[in-house]
Amino acid sequence: MSEAFGGPHGAPVSNRVPVLRLGDVLLVTLQGDLHDSTAQQLQDDLAESIVRSGAGGVIMDISGVEIVDSFLGRVLAEIAAQTDLLAARTVVVGMRPAVAITLVELGLTLPGMRTALNTEAAMELLTGQAVSSHFGGPRRESQ
Amino acid sequence: MHTAAGSQARLPIRSDMDLVWVRQHVRQAAAQIGFGLVDQTKLVTAASELARNTLIYGGGGTMETEPLTDGGARGLRLTFADEGPGIADLEQALSDGFTSGEGLGLGLGGARRLVHEFAIDSAPGAGTMVRVTSWVGRPPRPREES
Ligand SMILES: Nc1ncnc2c1ncn2[C@@H]1O[C@H](COP(=O)(O)OP(=O)(O)O)[C@@H](O)[C@H]1O
Ligand SMILES: [Mg+2]
Repeated sequence: MSEAFGGPHGAPVSNRVPVLRLGDVLLVTLQGDLHDSTAQQLQDDLAESIVRSGAGGVIMDISGVEIVDSFLGRVLAEIAAQTDLLAARTVVVGMRPAVAITLVELGLTLPGMRTALNTEAAMELLTGQAVSSHFGGPRRESQ
Repeated sequence: MHTAAGSQARLPIRSDMDLVWVRQHVRQAAAQIGFGLVDQTKLVTAASELARNTLIYGGGGTMETEPLTDGGARGLRLTFADEGPGIADLEQALSDGFTSGEGLGLGLGGARRLVHEFAIDSAPGAGTMVRVTSWVGRPPRPREES
């Protein structure tokens, strides 16, 4: 999985978030402090990946994200709405407690956003079955 | 109340890269002053909202950080300033859901809820200045008050 966090040669990905494919599900791991343009690029990339792969679900792991402001919150909500329109579902996993507390006070409630505590739970939610080891290694879907 | 020694800084806000610097700087300053993780996150989020407004609506500007001491209390003050078009109707701008752009309209109202003290000074043609202050260990202000 370490492939998910770096570019082709392990260099940090600065302006594109990799989208990995795990069976019928696309896995996106957001980390660190995202530029506005990176978040927007991800939104476009994901729509394309869903259409191209026919994936039925998207898991957005935000456990590495230290803050979600109204800009990133809107991008997450738009990704969820957009995947709905493309007949897929998005589950956001791993929101840090400090981020959740802050979002409530900010007034961003993200209605309709599905969340799960971890990737396994999200996978179960999306595929309706317990996760076993039959998934092969992650395949790079776009980069 | 006076300014604590050191760590005063002024950062430019001219690009979305600068928004990243602003967040990192506020995170570091808040941690250094002794804010806990949740309070750091609130301050950084408020700063991100206000810096983005400075960039998008104010056409760019600056953020100043100032560590404060008041008796035994320690705080951090952030001042965002631009020389953009200013805000004609402050009450409208502060109300949740109002945006003149493509935002969610939660930046000003949300930032106000996330800090202890919030002041805004703006007039059409005269730019905008937003100043927020939070204090270490002080409970959040009651929700209704915002
Ligand atoms: N620095 C600024 N200069 C001019 N107008 C501003 C500034 N900051 C905020 N505003 C006005 O206040 C409105 C509300 O801001 P905000 O609550 O952050 O919501 P949003 O950024 O989503 O529009 C903005 O749409 C804009 O019209
Ligand atoms: Mg705003």
